Amino acid sequence: MKPKSKSLIWPGISFSALLLCWELLARFSGWSTEIFPGPLQVFISMWDLCISGVLVKHTVASLYRVTVGFYLAMVLGIPLGILLGRWEPARNLLNPLIQFLRPISPLAWIPLSMLWFGIGDKPAIFLIFLSSFFPLVVSTTVAVSAINPVYFQVAANFNFSRAEIVTRMVIPAVLPAVITALRITITIAWLVVVAAEMIAVQSGLGYLILDSRNALRMDYVMDGMIIIGLIGLMLDGFMRRIGRIESVSWGTYSR
Amino acid sequence: MGRILIQNLKKSFINRRKAPRQPGDVDGIGTEIPVLDDVNLEFRDGEMVCLLGPSGCGKSTMLRIIAGFDDQYSGSVQINGKEVRGPSSDHIFVFQHSGLLPWMTVAQNVELGLRHMKDKAARREKIQEYIDMVELEGFEHYYPHQLSGGMQRRAELARALVLNPDVLIMDEPFSGLDFLTRMKIREEVVTMHEYIRKTTLMVTHDIDDALIMGDRIVVLSGRPSRVKLEHELPFPRPRSYDREPELSRLRDEVYLMLGVNYAV
Repeated sequence: MKPKSKSLIWPGISFSALLLCWELLARFSGWSTEIFPGPLQVFISMWDLCISGVLVKHTVASLYRVTVGFYLAMVLGIPLGILLGRWEPARNLLNPLIQFLRPISPLAWIPLSMLWFGIGDKPAIFLIFLSSFFPLVVSTTVAVSAINPVYFQVAANFNFSRAEIVTRMVIPAVLPAVITALRITITIAWLVVVAAEMIAVQSGLGYLILDSRNALRMDYVMDGMIIIGLIGLMLDGFMRRIGRIESVSWGTYSR
Repeated sequence: MGRILIQNLKKSFINRRKAPRQPGDVDGIGTEIPVLDDVNLEFRDGEMVCLLGPSGCGKSTMLRIIAGFDDQYSGSVQINGKEVRGPSSDHIFVFQHSGLLPWMTVAQNVELGLRHMKDKAARREKIQEYIDMVELEGFEHYYPHQLSGGMQRRAELARALVLNPDVLIMDEPFSGLDFLTRMKIREEVVTMHEYIRKTTLMVTHDIDDALIMGDRIVVLSGRPSRVKLEHELPFPRPRSYDREPELSRLRDEVYLMLGVNYAV
């Protein structure tokens, strides 16, 4: 393994280049700093937002919604995916329904969810749940039906009980694919929370951006965007780390 | 005990391909393709029998039926006088490509057959005994993808043997291995078989494998398969074609039988 400092050089270069371009654009584009603030101004305002606690409050609000919505989707979606993958009648019954609901953008549910759940955390959580639930169900179902049939024969040969087939075969077999799905899905959930917060609630990073736009504070808008990007990066890094656990990493090497 | 009796075994596949209707079509389903046509065989307890046949002749299909993975056949397959009803840990199948569960280490894979053993210490001891037997000591906590092809085959053998099965069924266990590894594993399987004396059925497409290893060879004909040749190999091991002219003669005969005129 390369030392960590070395692996940070390349991202360091690309981020510095981004900052430089940003600074140059801000300076020579001819737009006023109200419309296109430079990096320095944005970082100063970021500091303000940090100190006043506004940033923490909104970030926590957003993360809370994503966590709850995503967790619900995981707890309900993965078992449902396993059921659909293992049991054909359930698949025949529910798959058309899922394929029908799946392409409806979670954002299209905003009016209904506001009507049903009012203003606050609930509609946002509901939207995040919707955005994560269907991709998770579909990926899990696909992963279960893609399990090498040889493993089921091994299970039969070793007299696995029905419960053992699920706990010792199906779950570990689909784990690599499910973790990849979780990684993609959490990114979607993080995208959706910002959109949901622009409409249905009075807090969260999405709300911060919308509220700052109304106040014509483009530096705060950019602060919001930067934090969203950084947290997205963190979430992805966290998911990637889970994928590197030894009993899961075989998925990278299997045929 | 692992006596196997196969009587009047017939099996056909139904080809569901949408083709113009032909005579011989099963109503509304497709064309019926007979694979095994009245196979009668007997395997004695402790015997190592190598099955040869042209590619696609139904060797593997027959093994899968004996293992209990396939119950769509007519005729009778008995192990120790009892009709085979589904897979069981009494007759273990060793797969053509690795059947090790990739999310478990070597030790965990070997443990599969012992998972109902209550005494933890004894269980660990037994796992180690079999891992040592296949010379994988030091690799207990490796995952299958970290092992070479030969080591994977050996781990799978350990996993099968730990169950003390009556019958060991191997479907081309050496396929995909390089020449030297293959020779070495061949040797190990023979040694292991002399030691444990379990009924061992092995499908192979390598005539040398069959003649060097088997107590008996069975050659099946092309589809639909029948038994074309059964021959005892009462030669002492290790065997060589130079020492056993009869073995050489048999090799030429089998090559000819499988459609190869000049064995090189």
